[in-house]
Amino acid sequence: MRRRTLIASASAALAAPALRPAAAQPAPTRAETLLLVQEYGPNSLDMQGIGSSQPVNGVALNCYDRLVRYKRVALPGEGNGSTFDITSLEPELAESWQEASDGMSCTFRLREARFHSGRPVAAKDVKWSLDRAVSIGGFATTQMNAGSLEKPEQFVALDDRTFRVDYVRKDKLTLPNLGVTIPFVFDSELAIRNGGGDPWAKEWLKNNVAGSGAFRVEAFRPGTETIYVRNDDWKSGPLPSLRRVIARDIPSPSTRRALIERGDTDISYGLPPKDFKDLAEARRVKVVGVPVPNAIWYVALNATTGPFTDVRLRQAVAWALPYEAIMQASLFGRGVPMWGALGGPTTAWPQPFPYSTNLARARELVQQAAPGGVTTSLLFDAGSGTIAEPMAVLVKEALAPIGINVELSKIPGANFRGELNKKTAPMVINRFGGWLDWPDYFFFWNYHGNNSIFNIASYQNPAMDRLIDAARFAADADTYAGAVKGFIGLAEQEVPMIPIAQPLHDVAMQRSIGGYQFWPCREPDFRFLTKG
Amino acid sequence: MLRVALSRLGTAVPSLIGVVVVTFLLTRVLPGDTATYFAGPVASAEAIAQIRAQLGLDQTLPVQFGRYVADLARGDLGTSLGTGQPVLHEIATRLPASAELTLSGLLLAALAAVPLGILAALRQGSWVDHLCRVVTTAGVSLPVFFTGLLAVYVFYFLLGWAPSPVGRLDAFATAPPAVTNFLLIDSLLAGDTETFLAALSQIALPALTLALFALAPLARITRASMLAALDSEFIRTARASGLNRRTIVLTYAFRNAMLPVVTTLGMVFSFLLGANVLVEKVFAWPGIGSYAVEALIASDFAPVQGFVLTMAVLYIALNLAIDLLYGLIDPRAKEG
Repeated sequence: MRRRTLIASASAALAAPALRPAAAQPAPTRAETLLLVQEYGPNSLDMQGIGSSQPVNGVALNCYDRLVRYKRVALPGEGNGSTFDITSLEPELAESWQEASDGMSCTFRLREARFHSGRPVAAKDVKWSLDRAVSIGGFATTQMNAGSLEKPEQFVALDDRTFRVDYVRKDKLTLPNLGVTIPFVFDSELAIRNGGGDPWAKEWLKNNVAGSGAFRVEAFRPGTETIYVRNDDWKSGPLPSLRRVIARDIPSPSTRRALIERGDTDISYGLPPKDFKDLAEARRVKVVGVPVPNAIWYVALNATTGPFTDVRLRQAVAWALPYEAIMQASLFGRGVPMWGALGGPTTAWPQPFPYSTNLARARELVQQAAPGGVTTSLLFDAGSGTIAEPMAVLVKEALAPIGINVELSKIPGANFRGELNKKTAPMVINRFGGWLDWPDYFFFWNYHGNNSIFNIASYQNPAMDRLIDAARFAADADTYAGAVKGFIGLAEQEVPMIPIAQPLHDVAMQRSIGGYQFWPCREPDFRFLTKG
Repeated sequence: MLRVALSRLGTAVPSLIGVVVVTFLLTRVLPGDTATYFAGPVASAEAIAQIRAQLGLDQTLPVQFGRYVADLARGDLGTSLGTGQPVLHEIATRLPASAELTLSGLLLAALAAVPLGILAALRQGSWVDHLCRVVTTAGVSLPVFFTGLLAVYVFYFLLGWAPSPVGRLDAFATAPPAVTNFLLIDSLLAGDTETFLAALSQIALPALTLALFALAPLARITRASMLAALDSEFIRTARASGLNRRTIVLTYAFRNAMLPVVTTLGMVFSFLLGANVLVEKVFAWPGIGSYAVEALIASDFAPVQGFVLTMAVLYIALNLAIDLLYGLIDPRAKEG
């Protein structure tokens, strides 16, 4: 059987050059070409590499394949496209898979796919790629570890088209983590050949695509544009209807808005919320807003040093925040409210907390905890200033009457994470989003005693840690639900961070654009987009 | 002339060394932490340490400086973390974009400002003089990003006269083969009028925006130096000798008034080249100013150092060129 497959794939390889539709096809027309404008484009073509920027996820998505992808779920509203269900996986490079009866490994059967180079995709390529992801360091390795994918020994190439992942522990995040934009599959032979001695070909892959994905990169001009062309030989899904995609970097948001309104671009990414609100109201173009899973804008209050070590003051702030005003003046309604919950916690996440604006209660709590009032400072990232700055001003104005005097401190992007790492900031406005959409994942980063950079409040509570750990590795649904409700309840009471809103991820597109697909990485997926 | 040029270049060497040292130190004392920034959102302490080691930021300052100078000697300006490309390559592609835009803007400005300044000086208090005053005041007091946005709004968004402000060429046009990297020149060299017109229509609005800004200092200086020249004794002599008005104004007064104008032109050029960040942003122009500012915000050392160094070299070259030009305009300047 194995020999037969081998022969079959070998003959397919021989036939490949003739089969591949080359220059014979006419050049892509404008109707087959999509023009997209974004603030900035990829700074590399290798999402596993260190220091890759957010748009590199789009390269991983469109030019490379993963073993699996998430099930697509239609968004409400006609022609709005789809979002995804992270708990349900669909085939991409793997045509089928089977988890072992002891639940400690999963075996994947690869489909007969080819890299852009024409070489068939083999299990050894999958192994090399996943080995690379767990060994290369930086974000890729961190993300792999989040799903208990930790060392190369876990990845086994059984034969050309059979591949196994061994688990280090039972972790419900392991399989879903294979669908994010990190564990994608490289043409390992091509990469090693061009790597110039570097076993992971880091420099070469930064500027070259060696994948099997639906698109190839025709031109990569960082800071100007990236041009993608369709891989007509793509096997891991239905052939995309777009044949060419031009992604232009247009730094000024006003220009990006003018371009979409004038109809000179098909899709516009990353406008300020006010522009999305205006465009959505004008209805000339289509604005699709998806609540970003597992993401929240919040105010963190330092529970370890400074005035907010007193839980009453944290609660006072939670009762004093002008939630509605923030939603209107800073997010322009492009978010889901995270305040004013009635009834106890559920297992949903993000979910509203039971606080709302109630100055009398806030004043009372401040009187009990600090009758003389408090002076403190509020940090926010200048890079997200469009939203965070008005938010910070509103927080300052709202807290002054209850005796909490706030100084605003706007930190440039490069210093912001450094400030967070110091763990001393008393009050911070931040937005966190986790790719893997589970509440315990969010809490692991933001509330756990391991004190990651995102536990901005430096919140330490063994009871909280126990509940988070219990939920993460819970064996049955009831234990899980109990633990989740437990830690959300604790978070509502202790409020080291006050949720304000779940942001919408907005994209503006012409009415003729269909097939929009939202993924955890938030980058556009050209494979499903249609034009006309 | 060659001797002047060589001695000038000789005096430039210490300034270059100074620039290298100062930019290195300045980028190091910036408060940002490059490694943390580029480690990405969910980086562990080890991941950050790893990046720091990879960038050589865990070494002592003298060691880092030694490496920097050694790289520099080999013509290696390092790699930008923000764009992932070698700095030298980026500057080589972005500098022509900025230079083309700045030169076009300056040319427009000079074509308008010099005649305006001369006329204003000749007819003080007339409507031309008032026009000159209004235009120059407006030019300096309207910030370029405002005039830029206004121009986009009016000429692109409302009237639809200008093409979409998406950079040097429309997304569907193909760039001509690179010779000078000035698209206007390259497309002409390739005999491709369609691309030339496309590039010209793209550059028109940003160049006009820049021209409006550059117009002010040029017109003011032209007017002032023309007034001074027209007031001087040799002009009175010329008038008394009965020379015709045209010869007096253009050959005698203007030639003498040109020195400060040329100096200002050079200064405005070198200033605009690096400082028209906002125009570059509004028109998505892939220039050097926006590149440097992006890098500065991200504490991305290599491009900042490369940018400052390039600008320093340009300033020196430009000053030299102006000095040599002085000699042509005013023979007395040669002796200095």
